[in-house]
Amino acid sequence: MPDLASNAPSQRAAQGHIVERTTLLRHGIATTSACALIAAAFSLSNHGRWDVNLIYSLSIGLTSWLTIELGRWRLTRGQDIPWPGGWRGAALVVAGIVTGFVIGSLIGTAYRKWADPDASTALMHRLWIPLAVTIVASTVMSLAFFLLGYSRHLQMQAEQARRQAAEAKLTLLQAQLEPHMLFNTLANLRVLVASDPQRAQAMLDHLIAYLRATLGGSRSTEHALGEEFARLRDYLALMSIRMGARLQYALDLPEDLAQVPVPPLLLQPLVENCIRHGLEPKLEGGHIAVRARRTAGGQLELTVADNGMGLDSGAPALPGSRFGTAQLRERLANRYGDAAHFELAALPEGGTLAKITIANAG
Amino acid sequence: MTSSPRALIAEDEPLLAEDLRQALARAWPELQIAAMVGDGLSAARQALALQPDVLFFDIRMPGQSGLEAAAELADAWPEAQPFPILVFVTAYDQYAMDAFEAQAVDYLLKPVQPERLARSVQRLRELLAQRTVAPAGAALAQALEQLRHLAGATAPAATATEAPLQMIQAGVGTQIQMVPVQEVVYFEAADKYVRVLTASHEYLVRTPLKELLPRLDAEEFWQVHRGTVVRAAAIASAQRDEAGRLWLQLRERAEKLAVSRLYAQRFKAM
Repeated sequence: MPDLASNAPSQRAAQGHIVERTTLLRHGIATTSACALIAAAFSLSNHGRWDVNLIYSLSIGLTSWLTIELGRWRLTRGQDIPWPGGWRGAALVVAGIVTGFVIGSLIGTAYRKWADPDASTALMHRLWIPLAVTIVASTVMSLAFFLLGYSRHLQMQAEQARRQAAEAKLTLLQAQLEPHMLFNTLANLRVLVASDPQRAQAMLDHLIAYLRATLGGSRSTEHALGEEFARLRDYLALMSIRMGARLQYALDLPEDLAQVPVPPLLLQPLVENCIRHGLEPKLEGGHIAVRARRTAGGQLELTVADNGMGLDSGAPALPGSRFGTAQLRERLANRYGDAAHFELAALPEGGTLAKITIANAG
Repeated sequence: MTSSPRALIAEDEPLLAEDLRQALARAWPELQIAAMVGDGLSAARQALALQPDVLFFDIRMPGQSGLEAAAELADAWPEAQPFPILVFVTAYDQYAMDAFEAQAVDYLLKPVQPERLARSVQRLRELLAQRTVAPAGAALAQALEQLRHLAGATAPAATATEAPLQMIQAGVGTQIQMVPVQEVVYFEAADKYVRVLTASHEYLVRTPLKELLPRLDAEEFWQVHRGTVVRAAAIASAQRDEAGRLWLQLRERAEKLAVSRLYAQRFKAM
């Protein structure tokens, strides 16, 4: 999925700056509030003066939090989830607790000596209480921050996927409703209406089905492979009336694969590429074969082959041509992740072969 | 114009070709259809052989486009004969249509509407009538002028932001040979490749000439033929042969390069 990988990091880096600053502020406020609550709890249960407790609590809490916060940003620069994985995450929390407790205690003790030199040091002799509180508070806070950050990350990811899907639909629509194709088809229809009304009607039905699929079908996220092949049949029937004997085609869909769900109009751009770059420029035209089969390994394999001009025919890249296959890769990656593969190859005897393989597709 | 006018139809979609023939039969009964062809290569070949008065060329055709076919024909057309009147036919080519308007070239939109066709036929009849009094070369000169402008206006938009090409990277065996463009004497389209010729070497690159051309400095490299782009500074002289063809003599290479009529206007004495 080169297309996804290439543009995502820069986007994320740009967003990252703003996100990090607001996150830092939010976490700081949350930490301060928690420290105040802990100090209040100590004071109310008659463990020393409230101001001393507050300074202790804030010093330990904020030092611990800052250590962890700065540490994880140093360790995770450029990562999707701003939290170091595995033992490094745990080690960071421990480091934060130790640093926070040592430095915070020093500050707290210094304040206590200055503010209240005569007070009993009883609390400070029982070191384990503040230590335990620090450990529990730091761990709980870190976990909460991690979970919040993680859910935000998931949310952003979902949003990005939605945006990509919307863009994909739009470009798919633009690619398919090529005015040149539409007007040429209408011109053929106009001829047939007078000369062969029955064929005209059949052609009109194909055009209606094609337009319905192109305009409306792209709203659903999936349809059956049988449906996909029916749309290809519509398109090829239209093209066949236009190109006459120059276009031959064969569609091969085994019955047991007809119900397998696939993203709508997945194969359409491939067949359109065959026509546009393979057969239309070729004097004698040629043949297109679309085939679905289950491989020995249980994968769904979809192939579109033609005997047209081939890949390095030197045909100039018409706008939208290479874009079509980039789009397809992106759609497969969005829907199947690493389970789907797409390859485009030149056939030794001339022409091209486009192949999609999908593991565990329905 | 002595007898009834003759036309050639070049259209790759059989139903549309037949429809245009029938529509013309109704709108212009005395017009004879000399031939109907389905691709750009036959279009130029048949037009040269049959020498019709009017050409109806589809733009998108296999082999080569209608525009390319017209340019090829204009290059090979005998000067003593009046060049046919060109009518382009298109379903939807926004750039081409704008260019046709600008150059006052006749064009028809598919599906062809009877009223529109009738207007076209009216105009074509008038043009043909004028031809009987005009010198034969005038029509060719006018067609060349129009085609020159069309070639410029309908070429894929050059990526103006892209810096001019400095180095040609040519694959030689397992190596990539770096050839500075200043060393190139000329480029020549050859089947699926482009031959890159320097004073002493020859390389092949896979990038089509159409894609290479917009990336070359137009002042430095001149297109002189459909398949030939030559470095202006490498041209020693231009000469006309007995048949009126223009040939270029190069400074650093022995080959002579043919100049097509479309580009011949570049070579005039100052």
